Amino acid sequence: MTTLLHNRDLLPVVAPIAIGAIILGGWQVTCTVLAVPDYLFPAPSSIWHALCGNWPTLFHALLGTLKVTLMAFAIAVITGTLIALLFAQSRLIEISLLPYAIMLQVTPIVAIAPLIIIMIDDTFISLVLCAAAVAIFPIISNTTIGLKAVDPGLLAYFRMARASRWQQLVRLRIPSAVPFFLAGLRIASGLSLIGAVVAEFVAGTGGHSSGLAYEILQAGFQLDMPRMFAALALITFAGVAMALAMAGLSRLALTWHGTGGDDQ
Amino acid sequence: MTAPVPLDEVPLDAVPLDAVPLDGAPLDPPPPVELLSVEKRFANGVLGLEPTTLRVKPGEFITIIGPSGCGKSTLLKLASGLAEPSDGRVWWWRGPFARVGEKTRRLAFVFQDPTLMPWASVAANVRLPLDIGHVDPTEADDRVAAVLAELGLSDRATQRPRQLSGGMRMRTSIARALVTDPDLLLMDEPFGALDELSRNRLDERLLQLSAERGLTTMFVTHSIYEAAFLSTRVIVMAANPGRIYAEHTIDAPHPRGEAFRLSPAFADHARELTRLLTAASLDTRGNQP
Repeated sequence: MTTLLHNRDLLPVVAPIAIGAIILGGWQVTCTVLAVPDYLFPAPSSIWHALCGNWPTLFHALLGTLKVTLMAFAIAVITGTLIALLFAQSRLIEISLLPYAIMLQVTPIVAIAPLIIIMIDDTFISLVLCAAAVAIFPIISNTTIGLKAVDPGLLAYFRMARASRWQQLVRLRIPSAVPFFLAGLRIASGLSLIGAVVAEFVAGTGGHSSGLAYEILQAGFQLDMPRMFAALALITFAGVAMALAMAGLSRLALTWHGTGGDDQ
Repeated sequence: MTAPVPLDEVPLDAVPLDAVPLDGAPLDPPPPVELLSVEKRFANGVLGLEPTTLRVKPGEFITIIGPSGCGKSTLLKLASGLAEPSDGRVWWWRGPFARVGEKTRRLAFVFQDPTLMPWASVAANVRLPLDIGHVDPTEADDRVAAVLAELGLSDRATQRPRQLSGGMRMRTSIARALVTDPDLLLMDEPFGALDELSRNRLDERLLQLSAERGLTTMFVTHSIYEAAFLSTRVIVMAANPGRIYAEHTIDAPHPRGEAFRLSPAFADHARELTRLLTAASLDTRGNQP
């Protein structure tokens, strides 16, 4: 036990799993002992059965949600980066457009989603647009800050070496912005999943069936709580998987960048 | 030949400067940098540097010392074109800053911090000015390899700055300056953050390089001993307002090494510089608005 507690590699994996096992075990025991009916609060075993029993439907819904999420994420990253590069080029462009980016950020997506879903015929496209609108802001703001947060000494050096604007952008500003961009990427990956699920809820309420949110809505109408929990669990796992992927990606990128990894 | 013309009487805008042998200084080779009654007033109205004239002759190693706030760095920034004077003129090789960078008129600046790109290797950092200047890639490779060898960094070429010690980072920064084959090298307290031994070693290396390459150097430091070791001429500045307080010539032959550092002459120069610096730090006039 003491060796495990001192193992820096295993502990971060084992400790949370242990906590999860304790919670699930306690939950299962409580539900069984108190005989809580499934339609009030399902036991983990019922949720597992619901997950296995409805797997084809739920898996299809998961794929749908993931497709929207990843598509929205990609659009947010590409468009957000381009906007940030535009902002970094001209102060005038930035002060003219920034208020609108903030308006987009502060208006709740639940409020805009019905409008987008009504206006755009294709459900998939409308969902992607909603999710991208949520995810784009951290990319824009982080990348813009990163492009400006240049080491003043290096900037002075580049100016003295008579680097052109383009050389400053490519050789100095963009590499300097990488850590900020990665932080934005991690936030945006979570937000694109949230945006996708919220948009699916709105679309689902309006009768456009799509994704895990629609499965949750359906299960709610039918008081099929285990299935509802199963869908919820899939959303959580999708979110965790994306967060882990982004953490891995940023660790790789920062090691390359020279600001992560080991010192001498 | 005309008699020396007092600087105050030279209408700086009207006369082409290469026609005026100011105080009889030889025009060939032209002085790498001349500060002619330059004044620097900061945006908040504080006079950072009162009208100052300083002519740097080719091959000189000039060190600037003085109490903090005396305008050492300001003077160096003016000499590098990094800052513009509020009044007066700066000439490089008797020409405007626009001509700096041409052959035999190259200027390089080494900052207080190494200011390296953390995401680039040592070789890529050193290569940067050549890349910016669109130097032919094969030639750039050769020049980078040569200058890395010169500074003992060849086996570190692929490493990142964070993998290097402070002294090696500073050497990388100097390599980046030397790779452009400068004629005038300006250094702002480059070894201030290093321990004494590393500093002494780099000082000696710097003197060797200056001699081999025929560099003209302006060097800002806090250390009297560093100034005494490196310089042919030491400029002592005073604060409030920033100005040149005294000059001290050190005529020991170059290149100098450990023997000079231990010689009585070195101790004499250090003592004289200490005296001048102490006097300069006591001599404040109060800041005129």
